[in-house]
Amino acid sequence: MAKRVTGPEIEKLIQLLAKVPGLGPRSARRAALHLVKKKDQLMAPLAHAMGEAVVKVGVCSRCGNVDTSDPCTVCTDPTRDHSVIIVVEDVADLWALERAGAMNAAYHVLGGTLSPLDGVGPDDLNIRALVDRVAEGGVREVIIAVNATVEGQTTAHYITDRLAGLEIKISRLAHGVPVGGELDYLDEGTLTAALRARTAI
Amino acid sequence: MQWTDEAVILGTRKHGENSVIAEVMTRARGRHMGIVRSGRSKAMQPVLQPGNLVEVTWRARLEEHLGEFRLEPIRSRAAALMESAVSIYGVQAMAALLRLLPERDPHPHLFEALNVILDHFDDPLDACELYIRFELAVLNDLGFGLDLAECAATGARTDLAYVSPKSGRAVSRVAGEPYAERMLRLPAFLGEESRKAANSDSLVDAFGLTAYFLERHVYEPRGLKMTEARDGLREAALKALRRAHEREISA
Repeated sequence: MAKRVTGPEIEKLIQLLAKVPGLGPRSARRAALHLVKKKDQLMAPLAHAMGEAVVKVGVCSRCGNVDTSDPCTVCTDPTRDHSVIIVVEDVADLWALERAGAMNAAYHVLGGTLSPLDGVGPDDLNIRALVDRVAEGGVREVIIAVNATVEGQTTAHYITDRLAGLEIKISRLAHGVPVGGELDYLDEGTLTAALRARTAI
Repeated sequence: MQWTDEAVILGTRKHGENSVIAEVMTRARGRHMGIVRSGRSKAMQPVLQPGNLVEVTWRARLEEHLGEFRLEPIRSRAAALMESAVSIYGVQAMAALLRLLPERDPHPHLFEALNVILDHFDDPLDACELYIRFELAVLNDLGFGLDLAECAATGARTDLAYVSPKSGRAVSRVAGEPYAERMLRLPAFLGEESRKAANSDSLVDAFGLTAYFLERHVYEPRGLKMTEARDGLREAALKALRRAHEREISA
């Protein structure tokens, strides 16, 4: 049996770091060692930032985004067009769309997609809040920006059904060739979708 | 242990950071699961979409192990299936039905039927008619098959209009009339007039008929709920038929 070389505090730190996505036990050990070496410059500010985040971060009751205020920064931003709501699966998708900066709209985070295999049904997602939000009025378009997977599109159709009857435009993201993509390397499904959604030049 | 077979992807579940557990319906080995290493990679995600036909190679040290899948795409249908509500709900509803069957129990005719139906989602009427027959086949394989060939009371093989909710057998119009309120309606396309195409009314009857027996014999005893995908398929098909009818009228 290998002898322990660190105290239980550092072992616990390594075990917790290993649970972070992208870090395995080996890289967690390296990260922990780095933190220990840079105790004042990195470890203490990180611990302070994490402590603050634990206390302040919450889920926005309006859109499902994570932020330190409720309603979140996006929902309270007066410069955004709140008549357009972009529906995304996860907060990571919201951040990705914001990085793109393509639209200055409001968001709604579902918290996943309908997945029968994982037992995720409509009640497990933030769909009812979306319907209530749209029904309140003031919304002219809902853009469903979910992943181009069968589960994602099932969710999109389900949301479309739930929003049917409300006087709004419902659209979804286009499917097709990614920027920088070479046709030779694309799968048949993407090529088929791209051809079906072709546009005139 | 190793085998190779054709299979239709039914669904996936995340496993660790990069892998997935794929659930497939194979031609010779029924519903089967296996780990797909790097299943969440950009190359594998399009292949692992429900409805796609793949060649699957399963490997494991022992028969009872979960095992590992290697997949080669044969036919990518997912993009086409995502185009309409009927097809997207249809593929999910069929996958949910196949999940009622025991794992690794061969049902080659269900594999063939699944493969055919997935290619016929363009026409909502055809798709739903085939889907209802698929539900009847699943009920049959689960041991609760309906006898829709002749009247349970008179033995008549014509003018069958009802199904007995108790026995699951067809009843002729004459014999069933006095109990019509308690009987389930038999849509014409499932009876002796099996060549007659379905319409909106018969589809509603058919969905009601199979739902009753699935609920009673399968979902309720197992403490399960019928999937939203099935309701979604029925509603999407009826909506598509209404739109087609309105277009016909306006033309």
